[in-house]
Formats: sequence, C-alpha cells, structure tokens
Amino acid sequence: MHRLIDSLIMKEFDNAILRQKKDSAILKIGSRKLAFTTDSYVVNPIFFPGGDIGSLSVYGTVNDLSVCGARPLYLSLGIIIEEGLDKKILERIVKSIKNAARIAGVKIVTGDTKVVERGLCDKIFINTSGLGEVYYDKFSVDAVEAGDPVIISGPIGEHAISVLSKREGLAFGTKVRSDLAPLNGLIQKVLKAPACVKFMRDPTRGGLATTLNEAVSGRRFGIELDEKNVPISSGVRQACEMLGLDPLYLACEGRVVLIVSKKDASRVLDVIRKDTLGRAAKVIGRVAKDYRGRVLLNTIAGGRRIVDMLSGEQLPRIC
Amino acid sequence: MKYVDEYRDSKLIARQAREIREAVDPGHTYSFMEVCGTHTMNIFRFGIRELLPANIRLISGPGCPVCVTPNEFIDKAIALAGIKNIIIATFGDMLKVPGSYSSLEKERGAGASVKIVYSSIDALDLAKRNPEKDVVFLGIGFETTAPTVAQSILMAKRAGVKNYSVLCGHKTMPEALSVLTEAPKLDIDGFLLPGHVSAIIGVKPYRFLAARGKRCVVAGFEPLDIMQAISMLIKQKRPGIEIQYTRIIKRGGNVLARKSIKKVFEEKDSIWRGIGKIRKSGLVIKSKFAEFDAEKKFRVQIPGARDHAGCICGDVIKGVKTPLECKLFRKTCAPEHPVGACMVSSEGTCSAYYKYG
Repeated sequence: MHRLIDSLIMKEFDNAILRQKKDSAILKIGSRKLAFTTDSYVVNPIFFPGGDIGSLSVYGTVNDLSVCGARPLYLSLGIIIEEGLDKKILERIVKSIKNAARIAGVKIVTGDTKVVERGLCDKIFINTSGLGEVYYDKFSVDAVEAGDPVIISGPIGEHAISVLSKREGLAFGTKVRSDLAPLNGLIQKVLKAPACVKFMRDPTRGGLATTLNEAVSGRRFGIELDEKNVPISSGVRQACEMLGLDPLYLACEGRVVLIVSKKDASRVLDVIRKDTLGRAAKVIGRVAKDYRGRVLLNTIAGGRRIVDMLSGEQLPRIC
Repeated sequence: MKYVDEYRDSKLIARQAREIREAVDPGHTYSFMEVCGTHTMNIFRFGIRELLPANIRLISGPGCPVCVTPNEFIDKAIALAGIKNIIIATFGDMLKVPGSYSSLEKERGAGASVKIVYSSIDALDLAKRNPEKDVVFLGIGFETTAPTVAQSILMAKRAGVKNYSVLCGHKTMPEALSVLTEAPKLDIDGFLLPGHVSAIIGVKPYRFLAARGKRCVVAGFEPLDIMQAISMLIKQKRPGIEIQYTRIIKRGGNVLARKSIKKVFEEKDSIWRGIGKIRKSGLVIKSKFAEFDAEKKFRVQIPGARDHAGCICGDVIKGVKTPLECKLFRKTCAPEHPVGACMVSSEGTCSAYYKYG
C-alpha cells in the first residue's frame, strides 16, 4: 500500500501540501488555518462489538483532524449502498452516524448517496471528508530530541481484534470491544495544556509499529520501546497468542500516540489520564539517537529486536 | 496471562542466560538447530539471540509446514479452486504462498472461493452449512495437525457428509531430521526438538539422533523454555534425548492421536520443498477413506511444477544458508510479494529475518 501511494498517487498529484503526508492537509486560507481530510470505510462486518461502520466513518475522520491540532467542525458524507441492503440496517447505520456526529460535536453539511448493483459493493461503503480549524501548530518532528518520551493513551489492538473476531466468529474474542472513540476532546485538553507536544498520530492501519516507523523514517533518531510497558488488554493478548498475531501491528481507532518534550512528560500524562479515554495512558518508550530511522523493542524476555513496518496483512497461522 | 507470563519472566530468563554463559566451552562453536517454525519466530520475537554468547549458533530448521509444502501441492489446490462449486478451506498462511504460476490469494481475487479456517473441524462445519458446495480442506502440517484432520474425516464419515474432502499434504518429522543429519554441509551439534510434534509422537522416534551423536532436547516455545532447553543442550554430557517441555510432553506421546493418524493415513514418500523426496515422510489418505480424498475425488490435472529462479528457500529450510545470503531477500521477495514460501508463513525463516532481523 505504501509503495502504491508513493509510486502512483504521490507522483501524479505531487504538491507541497500532499508531500507533508499528514493525516490531514493543512491549508492557509486568508489568515486562517484549516485542516482538511478524507477517508473511505469498507469494514467487514459492518457491525462489531464497540461500534459500526457509521460511527467509524465519523470518528475516524474526526480523529484524523484532531491529531493535526485541528478542532473538527464539518463533515461530508458519501454513501454507496449495495442494491437490496435491508432498509433497517441502513437506518441503523444512519442513526449511528447521527449519534456519533452529535457526540463528536461535528455537523454533516453535505453528502451523496448512490445505489449500485448487487455484488458491486459489499453491503455499504462510506466516505467522509472533514474540515477543521487548526488551533495548535507547534508539532515539529525536527524538534524531537533523544530522551523524549513516547506516550500512548490506552491499550492497543482492540479495534482490530473486535472486528476480526466478529468476522471470523471466534468465541474467545467476543469479550474484546473496539476502542473506537472520538479523540477531539482528549486531544484538545492535551494541546491546550502548557506543554510541548512534538508529534501526534492515531495508530490506525498497521498499528503502533507502523505509526512509529513512519515517525522515524528518514530521521536522525530512532525509537526504543519497552514491551513490558505497552498496554495490551488480556483479551487482545489471548487472541494474539492464539492466532499468532503481533499486537504492535493491530489497528486502534480510539488511541493516540505522542512524543512530548521530556520535561512535560508527567504533566501530559496527567492530563490524558484525567480523560475517560486516556485512563490507561502510559509512557511506552523514548526517542533514541542510536538507531536512526528504526524502532527497537526491548522485549519482556530481556532481549531486543527491530520492529519493522508491516507489509501486507497479518494472516492467522497454522499451528 | 496465566501460564504464559511465568515463562516470559525476564529475571528467570536472565538467570538461564547466566547459566549458559558459565557452562559454554569458549573454545567451541555450538551449532543447534531449532526444528520448529514457532521456535524460530519466538527466538526472533523475544530477541533471544542477543541473550546468548557469540559461540552459540542457532540454525532454523524445516519445521514450518507451509514452507516445506512443495509448489505441486499449491498448484493442485489452485486447480481445485478453479472448479465450479468448490470452496477451498485453508489455514490463513497458505493463502499467499506462490505456487508455480499463481497463489490462492490471486485466485481468490479472480473470483475463486477460498475461505480461511482455524481448524479442519471448522472446514467440516463449512461443508455442513453449504450442502450444495464441495468443501476441500488443505491438510498440511506435521504430526501436530494430522490427528485433527484425521478426526475431521472420521467425523464426516460417521455423519455421512458427502461434500467434504481433504487435499492431503501432511508430513512427518523424524525422517526429515534423519536426512538433515546426513547433509554434509550441516554440522549440527544438537537439536531443539519440536514441542508439539513430540507431544504426539513422544521421544522414541528420535532415538537415532542420539545414536548419531546429536544432543537433543524437546523444547517448549516460550522464551524461558527456549533458554532452558539451550542450557540443557550445552550441559548434556552424552548425546541423548531430554525433555524440557515436561508440562506438555510425555515420553510416550499421545497414543490416541497416533491411533487416529494410523486409522486414516498411511505412510508414503513425500516431496519437501528445498529438500526433495524423503522416504516415508508423508501421509496419504487410506483407500478406505477415498471418498474424502480430494485427489481421488476430483483428479485434477496440473502442468509440471516449476521453481522460482534465484530463490534459495531450499537451502534456508535445510539450514545451509540464511536469508541474508539470498539475492532476492528484501528486494524481489518481501512479505507483501513473497517469492518463496519461507517469506509467506509467519513462521518462515525469511519472514522472521525480514520482520525481526
């Protein structure tokens, strides 16, 4: 996927804003700074423990704006429906979108609906674009220094396991609920606190490992993670052990990972932990100047290994 | 997590590391082969090589079921997937394995019906739920998975299920180890024997290894298991077979599981990717159960299998070379677009080197 984006999309549409490769494009219009983003949602199953495709399509876009230091304001909504989809299901999803928009404090202001022949899409696909107003613009990966702590706002992998276990009908996974949530409230509290936040991302596709690899890619620093401090719920751990999946690569939809200046670490951690979505926040590692462009993991066994970028999807193993 | 965390305790592991350092003869280089793919994966995942002295060399063995499955098997599965009304049911990591000309994943993209299941029993359920389709389960793996596949066939027979069959590619481990000890380029001092295979077959089938002067320890899969097993290998005075994984393994193995293997399968020569034909190292379905044998039921014709130029998976499986010596590694061959099977399986040596190297 990364290669496809680089070799085709980035090449053909190359411009200064796109080149920043952020979760949202930051646009200067007059004296105002706006954040603009888009995402398409094709999750299977469309309902999973902790959410559904409707709430996911709102919160996913809200979070992409939020991690860019923007206050999410307006969303567009594009729905592609497979012919024959039960009307009740559609109503349930639309109500879920409405509810999610209310909770996240955003308005759906424009939209489009198309119905396609049976078999041309899988039940329902949703695209949302989002517009937000930038209130924090002090992110700077260039300012990242050795020793800066890496913080995550909560346990990882819950969204991926919730969806996977529902899709595959795995009994042991039924206890795991997706972490899906709008992060704009939590992030605003953090960014309005007197602290220097240098990097912020939501570890969605490809999980924590991929997000951190993107952060260090081509940089003069690396990141050292302590496996024992990475929060993982027992349900997710059990599912991963059973299926041979690495939780570091599993998607979250309600977590944020930050790099802050060392002196502000405890203050930021306090702010995050006071929010209901951040109670289990933890410092999971630090910036290191030794391993340029790489993420290293101090394993719970006392060993050490490289955490690479995920390529392809993880497949459950045989035995 | 109970019964897992105890075996990942860094203090206990550090103590084992200390014992190993104290016990090694600094003038000798130890070469130990970890036979099982799960061993390989966990050695990388937990960074175990870092905890060992430099004169202990760990060589990855042939114990990844997906990796040793030859192209011909994949080609047959793909041919079956092309038949109308057949659903291929498979373990997830078979999906991306390239056969001679395609992979099941590509065929699925082109419209073939390929479903991931977690056991042969799930595949049998799939057949029961889809009476108008024919479900073919891809039976691969060693003595660990063979009993469950045998059970699925016995259950299908008992229940009168007519639309379930198995494409059988099962292999047995001891014969492959015998071939490896005869390989001239491999100078192995000892083996970390596979925990789960041994849970079924017990330790008797490995006796020849000790007779050939190889130290053997049947090892569990958690980091503490692996460290303790290495420590036991080093301290072993005379070549013999010890069990580290005592919480699971009985010396006699699992009689019931072996009985079900014997009931349904019989031994046959088998082709291992990278190693070639090994005498009596495969299992085929007995003619008594022919109606559940996909090969006999559908009789697909496949063009001659071909190997991929430049891929050294064969030597990697034998432990003669490491993935780093392969010209394709990280270039043409990566988990996203694998050339050899060792890159596909999460337990494959190339995949472990790629991911954790």
